[in-house]
Parts: sequence; C-alpha cells; structure tokens
Amino acid sequence: MNSKLLESPRRIEDAVSDVTVLAGDGYMLPLKKGQILRLVDVEGNQSGDVQIYNANDPTERYNANNTITAQANTMIELGTVIRSNCGNAMLTVIADTCGEHDTLGSGCSAEGNVVRYTNKTRYMHSCRDTFVRTLENYGLSKRDQTCNLNFFTKVILDDKGRLEFADGISGPGKYIELRADMDVLFLLSDCSQLNNPCNDYNPTPIRLLVFDK
Amino acid sequence: MSESKVLCEQVIAGGWNYSRIVKRGQKIRLTDIEGGANASLMCYNAHNFTERFNLGDTLKIQHICRIAKNCCLYGDMGRILLSVVEDTVGWHDPLCGCTHASLIKERFGEKDYQSAHNDFYRNGYDSLLVEIGKHGMTKRDFTELVNFFSKVVVTSDGKMTFVENNSKPGDYVELRAEMDTLVVIDTGMHPLNPSKEYLRKPVKVELLTCDIAGAEDPCFTWCPENGRGFINTANYNL
Amino acid sequence: MFTKYLESTLKEEDACYVEDVAAGKGWLHLIKKGQIFRILDLKGNQAVDTLFINANDPSERYSVQQTVQRQANCLVGVGTKLYSNDDNPMLTVIADTCGDHDTLGSACSCESNTCRYSLDKRYMHACRESFLKVLLETPNLDKRDQVNNLNFFMYVPFDEKGNLNFADGISGSGKYVEMRAEMDVFAVVSNCPQLNNPCNAYDPTPVRMIIWDSKESV
Repeated sequence: MNSKLLESPRRIEDAVSDVTVLAGDGYMLPLKKGQILRLVDVEGNQSGDVQIYNANDPTERYNANNTITAQANTMIELGTVIRSNCGNAMLTVIADTCGEHDTLGSGCSAEGNVVRYTNKTRYMHSCRDTFVRTLENYGLSKRDQTCNLNFFTKVILDDKGRLEFADGISGPGKYIELRADMDVLFLLSDCSQLNNPCNDYNPTPIRLLVFDK
Repeated sequence: MSESKVLCEQVIAGGWNYSRIVKRGQKIRLTDIEGGANASLMCYNAHNFTERFNLGDTLKIQHICRIAKNCCLYGDMGRILLSVVEDTVGWHDPLCGCTHASLIKERFGEKDYQSAHNDFYRNGYDSLLVEIGKHGMTKRDFTELVNFFSKVVVTSDGKMTFVENNSKPGDYVELRAEMDTLVVIDTGMHPLNPSKEYLRKPVKVELLTCDIAGAEDPCFTWCPENGRGFINTANYNL
Repeated sequence: MFTKYLESTLKEEDACYVEDVAAGKGWLHLIKKGQIFRILDLKGNQAVDTLFINANDPSERYSVQQTVQRQANCLVGVGTKLYSNDDNPMLTVIADTCGDHDTLGSACSCESNTCRYSLDKRYMHACRESFLKVLLETPNLDKRDQVNNLNFFMYVPFDEKGNLNFADGISGSGKYVEMRAEMDVFAVVSNCPQLNNPCNAYDPTPVRMIIWDSKESV
C-alpha cells in the first residue's frame, strides 16, 4: 500500500451533513474551522473540481501556486496543506484512500474545449458553467474563479515538461478527508467532461460528508 | 453603400448560450434554420456594462410593444445599442422574458446531466446568467431581453397570446451595432410556447461588416425620437 | 382574469406607518413578509414608479418580464403576483380601486427624455435621478440594481398592431392599490416628476404610503 494513503477512523453515521452531488451539478458547502469534510468518489474515477473561499472574506481563496510551492510538489496527498492566495492554511488533508490528486488541470470550459477538441464541444456542459452559475448565487463572479483543485483526477507530468490527463487511480468508495483550518466556503463542481478520461467517460456522483470532529 | 462581408459565422445549438462583441461598423445576422426558433437576446455597452438594454425606454421612445425592422434597441442612457436593419419575420417579442428552471420542470419534468448528459434540460435564465458571468457580471447585471423570432400579441385587456409558426425556416433578422455592443444570446424556447415537447432549435449567427448610419438611414428617420437617439449615440462615439 | 375593482377593509388609523411622498421625491422602505402596503393616489392621476428588492438578497428583484410571463397579461390588478428575476412571488395585489396599472413604460430619465421630446429636455428632473439617489444612499445598492419598474396609476394603452402610448390616466383622487408582501422587501419608489406627457396629467402631486402589520407579520 502506498505509504501516503491513510484510512479515516470516522464513521458515516456520525456525519452532521450528508449531501450527494450529481454529475454536472455544483454545490457550495460552508465549513467551520475544525470541521472535517470527506469527499467520496461514489462510483470511482470521478473528477471533483473544487474552489475554496475564506467564508469571512471571499477575496481570500485557494491558490494553486502557493499550495504547490509550499510543499514543492504538484500533487495533493496526505499531509498537504491547501493554501490561499495570502499563503494561509485553508484545509489540511488528514485521510486519503486514493492519493495523487491534481492541482494543474483546473476546470473544463466550453471555450477551452473548443481549443482542446473540436468546435462541436462549444455546446457541451462544463465546470466553468457550473462554477459561474453557483458563484452568482453568492454575489461572486468569474473574477472569483481560479485554477481549481481536481480531486480523484490523475494528471501525468514527465521530465520533458509534458502534461496529460490519464485514466484515474480512484475507485468506488475511495475518499479524501480535509480538516478546515479556517471558516471556508467549499465549492464543488462535479465534473461533466466527456472529451477525455478524467471521469472515465462516465460522470458519476460525489458524496460530501461533514463531521464535527 | 458598401457591400457587407461575412467575417465569421457559427451555429448556436438549440437551448444554448453565446456571446460576442459586435463593434460599430458591424452587424449580426440571426437566422432561424429550422423554423420556430427563439433567440433571447440581451445587450450591453461593451465598454461599460452598467449601460445596458432598457425595455421601457425602447418601448416608450418608439411607441411600440413589438420589435421589427427599423426599430432600435435602446440602452438606459438615451443611446442606441442595436438597430434592426433587416427583418424577414416582422414581429419579435420584447415582453415575456425567458424560461426558468421552475417553468421547465412544471412543463416537462426533470432531466439532469447525470442521467442525460448534454441532452439535459436547460433554461434561459441560468443559461444567460452563465454567459454574462463569463464577462465578469453577476445576477445584478441581468436585465430585460428581446425574444427574436417569437410573436406574442397583446389585446387591450392586457392578455398576451403566443402566436405559433411566426418564424419560418430561413427567416432572419439583422442587428447593426450603433456602438461597440456585447450581445448575449440563449436559444432556449419561448416561455409561452405551448409545445408539449421540450424544443431545441438552432440559430445561425453571422458577423458582417456594414456602413455606419447617416441621417438618411431608415432607422434614423423612422421617427423623430430615433433621430435624437442616433445623435446622442454619434456624440458618444466621438 | 382580474377582478377590476376591490376595496380594502383596512383603515388608515390602524396602520403602523403613514408617510406622504412629494412629487419628484424618492422613497425606500422595508416591508416585512406579511405586511400590507398601500399606495394612495391623493390627488389623482399621479404615476408612482415602483421597484421591489429582496431585503435579504438584493440580487433578487422585481422582474417585469417574469411578472407578465407568469400571468400572460401585461396589466397589473387584483390577483397579480409581482415576480422576481428568480421566479419567486414578491408581493400579491389584494385590493385595487383603480386597475390596469402599467408594466411596460418603466421610469423616465433625463437621457430618454432627450430622445422622446427634444435634446434640451436633458435638464429636467426625472425618476431615474430619484431612484439612483435612494439606491446610492442604501449600502450595497447602485445603478445595477435599477431594473424596469412598475408604474402604479399610469395608463399606457397598446394595440394588436404593436403600438403603445402614454395617455391621460384612469386614476382619480383617493384611488389606491394594496399589496401583501410575500417576502421581506425594500419598496423603492420615485413619485414621478414627468411634465412632458400626460402620465401625471401635467401636474405631479403627492402620494401616500401606508403600511399595516398583518396577523402573520406581527
């Protein structure tokens, strides 16, 4: 077993909140400092695109560069501190049965898909649409959308400097657990991408469980 | 008068969103490919989104409750955003707005992405909000819209009735930009369309060059009020 | 569809709030869910430009197109639900002694007056100025929150050919319209100062705002 994997001692029946988000949908989850969030890849190999905001000041939000640089590693794993644009700790990974979550691929968009694939993909649903629409319900906008996390997504980098989306290493029931280091708003887009294997060409639900301890 | 050249074209899938800036000296042609399409259109001053299409000003300046050839779409600053320079349809609806998720659910039930992928049911409100969101705008920037290709007749008791088969295959309308204008479109069905089936009708959009309106232009001379609107707009563009 | 004339049983002396608003002034006031809000046309034929904003979420506000779409009618009268951009009912008209209030004409402005009348009308007072003033005096509100408003007591006839006009109104001294709030709202009013058409019978006059607590709102 990968030494970076660790199961959680928490039981599902102790969760104070239990929400299943369907593919193509968005969900904004508030978390108080100290609470623990478990994201569950219900059917396996589903990409969960995530933005995170300081609940008391949404101009402070998740920042890929600060997170990567602080740990000198592009992957989110057990022990990773997810950092904000101000360099502050937002969430810490305290359990993980999947490993190697992505920080570089960010969210798909219709506009990006047209460049990556064909013109026909302009009229396919995407994480950008989900993020923008959900943010609008909170008075936030596209300006508040950054290079997001991708849980359960495998992105391969090589020493020639190339990047590819690959068939994932996640599976049914695999999860990651995060402890909130500040009050946050956790925004999930359950990815709808059908043009590459990030969802195994079959987008499926993600379950969000919150524990008080 | 110079000949218009097509600069680019795209087919907007039925029930989807689209936007682009149409500059002064350009026009867009919207074509109803199959007949029975609906194109919900909002527009904004491309350099200042707080100046946006204003329904009340458009109607009362021109004394109209429908949009047709020679009508202008006014912003809220006494200036014209777009003018209707060609129109084979004859009547476009400025009154009824767009569908919401709640209306789609009442009429057709639910069909989400999880179960249907890109055949999922969409609605005009969310689709347009997403498209303006791509330009950094939020819900506060959502304004009134015109439903091109659709006709709703109003009688003196205020009752509104959707007229079927208003637009035929190949019908088109051309909208000339009187200032650089952000045009935002959704091709979802009209909210009063009684169809029992959830419709997806594509609309072709072409961007063309065109001349800038002078004092003899038919939109300018259509009514004295439009003359003043064009003067205000020309002064703004200096 | 509308019961055109329905009197209220409420008495002004039982109201929790009464204020007269002079012509040319703006007015913004919180109306809580369940409260009853009456606008009284004191002298007759006065256009009262009115907007509603969700007091707990200002991105939700009155939408003319949602309102007319939902009732398939572009006149406001007893039974009309005033809908928001989010397709939620904000207020319901429960009494009305005037009828046929306008949804299409929206607010006058210095800028549109230059198109409608002449370029030198730029420097006459207009509803847009009053609306902006009260919006900007309220935290977190500005021009982006001003959308097409209702016009109570204003008569805007239209026909099947698609024409529309402003005409001498059908309201009169003492006529009123009454609404029940279905959510907490800010009522934002401009008592119209327009002198260039007959919407105020060329003589803008004061109107009275009255609010009652209902059993639900207490």
